[in-house]
Amino acid sequence: MDMLMAWRNIRRNPRRTILTISAIAFACVLLIFMLSLQIGTYEVMIDTSVKTRTGHIQILKQGYHIDHKIRQVINTPSDLAGTLAQTPHITALSFRCNAFALLSSSRRTSGGFITGIDPETEIKISSVPRAIRKGRYLNPTDTNAAVVGSLLAKNLKIDIGDELVILGSAMDGSIAATVLKVAGIFSSGMDQYDRSAIQIPLSHFQETFAMQGTIHEMIITCDSLWHVGQIKSAISEILSQPDTQPGLVCMSWDELTPGLIQSIQMDLGGGLIFYAILLVMVAFSIMNTFVMAVFERTKEFGTLLAIGAGPWRLSRALILESGFLTLCGIIIGILAGCTLTLWLAHTGIPMGEAEGMMRQYGIPALLRPELNLITALSGPAAVFLITILTAFYPALKVHGIKPVEAMRDA
Amino acid sequence: MMQIIMAWRNVWRNPKRTGIILVAIIIGAWTMLAVSALSRGMMVSTLANALNTLTGDIQIQNPLFREDPSVENRISHPGPVAKLLDQSLPEGAVWAFRIQVNGVAANAGNAQGITILGIDPEKETNLSFYGDMTPKGSLLPPGDDHGIVVGEALLNNFETKIGRKLVLMTQGETQETASRAFKIRGVFKAEMQSTEKQYVFISLNAAQTLLGIKDEVSLACVRLPGNTGMDSQTLNKVADAMRQKLPPDLCLLTWKDLLPLLRGYLGMFDRFILLWYLVIFIAMAFGLVNTMLMAVLERIREFGLLKALGLTPARIIINVLLECLILLMIGLVAGNILGLLTVYFFSGGIDMGFMAQGSEFWGMGRMVVPFFTVKDVCYVNAVIMGLGILVCLYPAIKAAKITPVDAMECV
Repeated sequence: MDMLMAWRNIRRNPRRTILTISAIAFACVLLIFMLSLQIGTYEVMIDTSVKTRTGHIQILKQGYHIDHKIRQVINTPSDLAGTLAQTPHITALSFRCNAFALLSSSRRTSGGFITGIDPETEIKISSVPRAIRKGRYLNPTDTNAAVVGSLLAKNLKIDIGDELVILGSAMDGSIAATVLKVAGIFSSGMDQYDRSAIQIPLSHFQETFAMQGTIHEMIITCDSLWHVGQIKSAISEILSQPDTQPGLVCMSWDELTPGLIQSIQMDLGGGLIFYAILLVMVAFSIMNTFVMAVFERTKEFGTLLAIGAGPWRLSRALILESGFLTLCGIIIGILAGCTLTLWLAHTGIPMGEAEGMMRQYGIPALLRPELNLITALSGPAAVFLITILTAFYPALKVHGIKPVEAMRDA
Repeated sequence: MMQIIMAWRNVWRNPKRTGIILVAIIIGAWTMLAVSALSRGMMVSTLANALNTLTGDIQIQNPLFREDPSVENRISHPGPVAKLLDQSLPEGAVWAFRIQVNGVAANAGNAQGITILGIDPEKETNLSFYGDMTPKGSLLPPGDDHGIVVGEALLNNFETKIGRKLVLMTQGETQETASRAFKIRGVFKAEMQSTEKQYVFISLNAAQTLLGIKDEVSLACVRLPGNTGMDSQTLNKVADAMRQKLPPDLCLLTWKDLLPLLRGYLGMFDRFILLWYLVIFIAMAFGLVNTMLMAVLERIREFGLLKALGLTPARIIINVLLECLILLMIGLVAGNILGLLTVYFFSGGIDMGFMAQGSEFWGMGRMVVPFFTVKDVCYVNAVIMGLGILVCLYPAIKAAKITPVDAMECV
């Protein structure tokens, strides 16, 4: 009965109803799309950073991620790796060594960041093996081969097969020098990395830099971002046991690249402020519909009260009416928003001239919004909440109506 | 006049309804202004940061230097360039020669890639962040060819301190590796950690000796007076005037050429602000149309009567639009005042320090001072006013179509 009344009341003024529903739907579509776009971009940014550089979790000597000192090493990596093998959710594990050195080609000299990697395990962890633009990635049988970042290769004016002399300082303080042959050139999509990085086989690195079997970082990837915290605490447990090397710590990707997570938080924070403003705008925009629904019917409500309807029943009828409107708007909004988002996720959104800038941050040329339950429903949920809140004000106002005065009102 | 009074009275017929829609318009105008002011502040902060980090407004270089910043691509006859700059720069502009090459800094325990800058210690202070920084120790005194000034982050990385030695290695003019030890005289702090790690300063003379080039330089950097980089008209005028007199083997680049990414980024920001205006406006428009529609539909009898008395449809449209105009005007005035107050309130700047690494990631400085240009204010008001009147045409036309017969049917 109440439902029927609410439904009839909505249809009383179809134009107003349509406008109100469109306002709600508009807010929903926008929120769904923007949130999906933001989340989608973040996922790609995190993914690029995790896959080219940090991995999900790293084990390293305390302070290594800041200082990058060649002496901050893990002494017996294989033992530790053996212990970790039983931990669930870990999909791959790889050893790395890093050093800074002077790189000289026949024509140019430049500084570079050399990483010693194990080709066999690196393939499972990093996207660099798949980002080879020219030549090939390292093989387990390689000794003095190297893959070079594309921008670095351009600066050094080297190509596949060219020789590259490395000069740096080894762990024992002596001079580390070796001659490498360029096997491949990669382009990871992060300009900063491509400008400075070269990778060589781990064994050759350890020999050249007198590492004596030690490594700097143990890179771990997991089956999903959501398991990172769980695995991290499990590893910390293992590291705190007395028989492991003291001073080792386990860090997750967000601790290793605080700039990335903070920039995401900043962007998300800015986005949330925008959404809040938008919601307030929509709330005030549709508030008149609800307020008017009460005021133009003062006489009617007076009559209803006079024939014995309780004020709470009137409130309920009004809330039901606004709820109907809101739900219609939200359902239309969700449908339209999801359609739009899915369509754009399929085609991708080209970045135009901002593309080069985006690549600096590890964002690809085509943005794809990521639609999931959270992005599809949290926006509409916020819209629902704020419209219902808006509707409460006039609904409670009904209580102030005095039947006699209301009916006398022309 | 008569009509305006009538419109004014009609607007206040239902004060509650008018109040609600006014709040919507005020919030709309206010947030549009506040958001654009904040975005402008971020843009200027980013740009000022970039220009101050050694880019300057204009650079004169060897045409190959940008693609390949090595010692080979240098200015081999700096004399005419110096003369040109001294003559043709406007009052208040500053310039200096620099040597800029990539190299490696090393001490006993560490090595790291850096950019070596050979500077004229006296001139450079007005040109880039080198002059603004509060150093520990001292900046390079003139004529000091053995000193080096490094960033604090680099110093910490190298576990060294002022007074110790640091070896610089780079590729010399003969393609051989050139290296030399320098004594750390001072330490600078920059807005961004990456700047502190990237750049080391030595004297121009020392750099020339290190590279084996007599009095040749890599580039000349120019800073125009009072220009944060936003004033592209002055910039282009100066740049065009100098380009004509430049020696043919050199090129002149403005910051827009030097930082194309930043330029694209700023362009995107501009479009983003417009998009933001539009979104907020649409949210507001629904309410505006709805309110005006209600105001029209509850006065069907009245409009019918007016029509019967001989009012033309055009007059009725004007009447309704006048009401709309009054609403928009009140909303805009209040919104603008609120916007101005907000900007004034934050005129000391917003410290982004709590997000230091995040803002560094986007290349922004720590302090963001929101401000808006006259253009922004005009834009906001034009969007709300123009589009507002446009959407109100719908209820206005609706009102004009009411016939006396409709009015009589409606009780």
